[in-house]
Amino acid sequence: MAAGVAAWLPFARAAAIGWMPVANLPMPIAPTNKNKHQDELIILNVSGRRFQTWRNTLDRYPDTLLGSSEKEFFFNEETREYFFDRDPDVFRSILNFYRTGKLHYPRYECISAYDEELAFFGIIPEIISDCCYEEYKDRKRENAERLMDDLEDNKDSKLPNMTFRETMWRAFENPHTSTMALVFYYVTGFFIAISVITNVVETVPCGYMPNQRDIPCGERYTEAFFCMDTACVMIFTVEYLMRLFAAPSRYRFMRSVMSIIDVVAILPYYIGLVMTNNEDVSGAFVTLRVFRVFRIFKFSRHSQGLRILGYTLKSCASELGFLLFSLTMAIIIFATVMFYAEKGSSSSKFTSIPASFWYTIVTMTTLGYGDMVPKTIAGKIFGSICSLSGVLVIALPVPVIVSNFSRIYHQNQRADKRRAQKVQKARLSRMRISKSGSSSAFLHSKRNGLNQSLELTGSLEEDQQLKKTTSLLESQHHHLLHCLEKTTNHEFVDERLYEQGYMQTALQNFPSQSPSLSSEEGITGTCCSRRTKKSMQPLSATHTHSHTHNLQELSALHIQCGERQALNTSRSSLNLMSDESGSLNCKSSGLVTTAIITIPTPPSNNSRASPDAPPPPNPDAPPLPNPGNDVVKISAL
Amino acid sequence: MKMSSRRRRCKRQLIKFTQHITRLITGTLSSDNEDEEQESTTVRYHPENLEQLQSQTHFSRQELQLLYRGFKNDCPSGVVNEDTFKNIYALFFPLGDSSKYAQFLFNAFDKDKNGSLSFEELVCDLSVLLRGTTEEKLNWAFNLYDINNDGQITKEEMLDVLKSIYDLMGKSIHPRLKEEAVRQHVRMFFQKMDINQDGVVTIEEFIDCCQKDEDIMQSLKIFDNAV
Repeated sequence: MAAGVAAWLPFARAAAIGWMPVANLPMPIAPTNKNKHQDELIILNVSGRRFQTWRNTLDRYPDTLLGSSEKEFFFNEETREYFFDRDPDVFRSILNFYRTGKLHYPRYECISAYDEELAFFGIIPEIISDCCYEEYKDRKRENAERLMDDLEDNKDSKLPNMTFRETMWRAFENPHTSTMALVFYYVTGFFIAISVITNVVETVPCGYMPNQRDIPCGERYTEAFFCMDTACVMIFTVEYLMRLFAAPSRYRFMRSVMSIIDVVAILPYYIGLVMTNNEDVSGAFVTLRVFRVFRIFKFSRHSQGLRILGYTLKSCASELGFLLFSLTMAIIIFATVMFYAEKGSSSSKFTSIPASFWYTIVTMTTLGYGDMVPKTIAGKIFGSICSLSGVLVIALPVPVIVSNFSRIYHQNQRADKRRAQKVQKARLSRMRISKSGSSSAFLHSKRNGLNQSLELTGSLEEDQQLKKTTSLLESQHHHLLHCLEKTTNHEFVDERLYEQGYMQTALQNFPSQSPSLSSEEGITGTCCSRRTKKSMQPLSATHTHSHTHNLQELSALHIQCGERQALNTSRSSLNLMSDESGSLNCKSSGLVTTAIITIPTPPSNNSRASPDAPPPPNPDAPPLPNPGNDVVKISAL
Repeated sequence: MKMSSRRRRCKRQLIKFTQHITRLITGTLSSDNEDEEQESTTVRYHPENLEQLQSQTHFSRQELQLLYRGFKNDCPSGVVNEDTFKNIYALFFPLGDSSKYAQFLFNAFDKDKNGSLSFEELVCDLSVLLRGTTEEKLNWAFNLYDINNDGQITKEEMLDVLKSIYDLMGKSIHPRLKEEAVRQHVRMFFQKMDINQDGVVTIEEFIDCCQKDEDIMQSLKIFDNAV
């Protein structure tokens, strides 16, 4: 429980006096604080720097190193202080965590050093407070990427068992892996350049034919150009076929942008071969030749910058869209205004509004060809307003695009949008964990039968036992919840058991009522629907299947409940029951936590969970404490 | 009469219009102006000294020191307002909705009804609840139930209070909570406490009945060692 909560527990317990007169059942006895020593100062010597704090402050988080008895290992008898051979600067943040309940991440610290210190002192990094959490996550991701890059560099050494196909694909993707790949890379680059230059030179007029006008070189040296073209297309075709062969997923390769460019680059040639010199079709054939210029895009495989430019344009699609939209709006407005302003003047070029579009575009982009000029005074005024506003409208989105490009270029195409979602998801899951943490701790201790021993008729020996497993704070909090149960004469149950109990009662009522299962209070959705705390979704008739299915599930002796949280990384492991997934049937893997006796008889004493067998150990899971023996404590709330 | 009011309205609107135009021309946004007008109004409050508190309550010096250190850690300004109180209380009951009960508690603690709890108010009540006589505790409980402080607990008040207590449990409880259960509880309470059956419970009836009930007397003592 958090620091603040510990201090307020006496108030909460005192306020519970308000329940006493309305309770109808006797209350359990409170856990006593036998060794009630006065609060003392303890000295923590971290590499020579002495920190002092109250013992109570450290006891707030009993499952960390400083809060538990583990710190006794570091106790120095002669100097009567606890000595830690660690970094004192980082220790400052850690001690502040105990004092204020918030863990901060200082920016000047190295991320891996900080992580190590946290791991040593048993604090999970997820409880870093919101003000520093994003910074921490960013640094962590950078570090992870750097590590991955290092790994990839090492991976370039040739693996022994790569098939010919895989080698070829690797050669295509990374030209630096072998000399053959490098040669291939340069050869294709050279031929792309040749092809583009050929296309350009084809249209240059060169020389005279007798008694004919200037003809372009393409028509003069037809065979030479045709041979050149053929050679280039041969190379490109062979390259495309080889890539297609080597691709690990041919379908995906065929859908990729680069392969489409390849196809578009070589197709006109083949179409031209197929078609005869038919006069009607040759017009279309000429148009097709335009597509040969797409060969220039093949250079993007050779240039990183070009790829990043394309990626930038794709990622700035919204800004580009905004630019286009605002320009269109402005063009239409100004074209209309200019048209009506110039309508009066004679021999005006502004014959219609679409004709004015040309003037507006030329003016707004500050080109100013001068083929259309306004002659009236009103036209000139509006024309000047038009050109001034044009500068503004274009200048506004452009810096955004530029900064995008530079950012992507420098950070090597990191996916930034995903970062926001990850932070949000992590925060939500952290809050969920903390919420479920303390409640499931209480339910857990209930299941272990500890609270039974706190009945008014309980004996003192069980009290002693109690002390060993839970901290005083935990036991006092559980006592409070137990009093609440007695006051209202209802008991806390785990959410899943509650659902089952509900199913049981629903199923009990089912034969007696009509088949429509939307009974008085509404039943929570089963199986794959997420259970929300406040709302209950009405059942539909289709849920009869899941009911019977549930019942069958229940008759098994063990139930797989939930999934272990992916976030617990350190010694203070989270409790096994998590209410992250409200479903029993959906998840197939997970830890078995309790055994449930299920006899489909009267619903009142049905969904009682009894702590029968300790769960069988799951060999895949990292070591988690066996919930049968000790209560798992949560350090984050 | 009408003419002057209309003229006044016209003038006001004209002034607003010119203000709007000037703001448009000079380029100030209305959001900028609001920041300047606000002043920081944080209140610092510190309690009376230790000896005085010691005499007013049943706590020892060390206990008061401990309590104040914890209190000051969470409320550096020295007072707790209702929202903070509700948030803190919610931490103890994560499964349920503790806002209503926290509100009743807040009103019961807040003797001078100024919307915030100072350390003295909290500590005085705490000493009553943990170290006081049973009569004082019952008095406090009566004040808690008597929402409008008229000296009587009506059925509606009791229903509200009990509902808020049941809300603390949340939804996943067993057996399932029925609407009737709370009313049943209220009826049982009134059966026990309302001696003259007039539909309300006065403080004398309340204290009388509770003192006769052994269970309640016993349960009032369980928190006596809470600090």
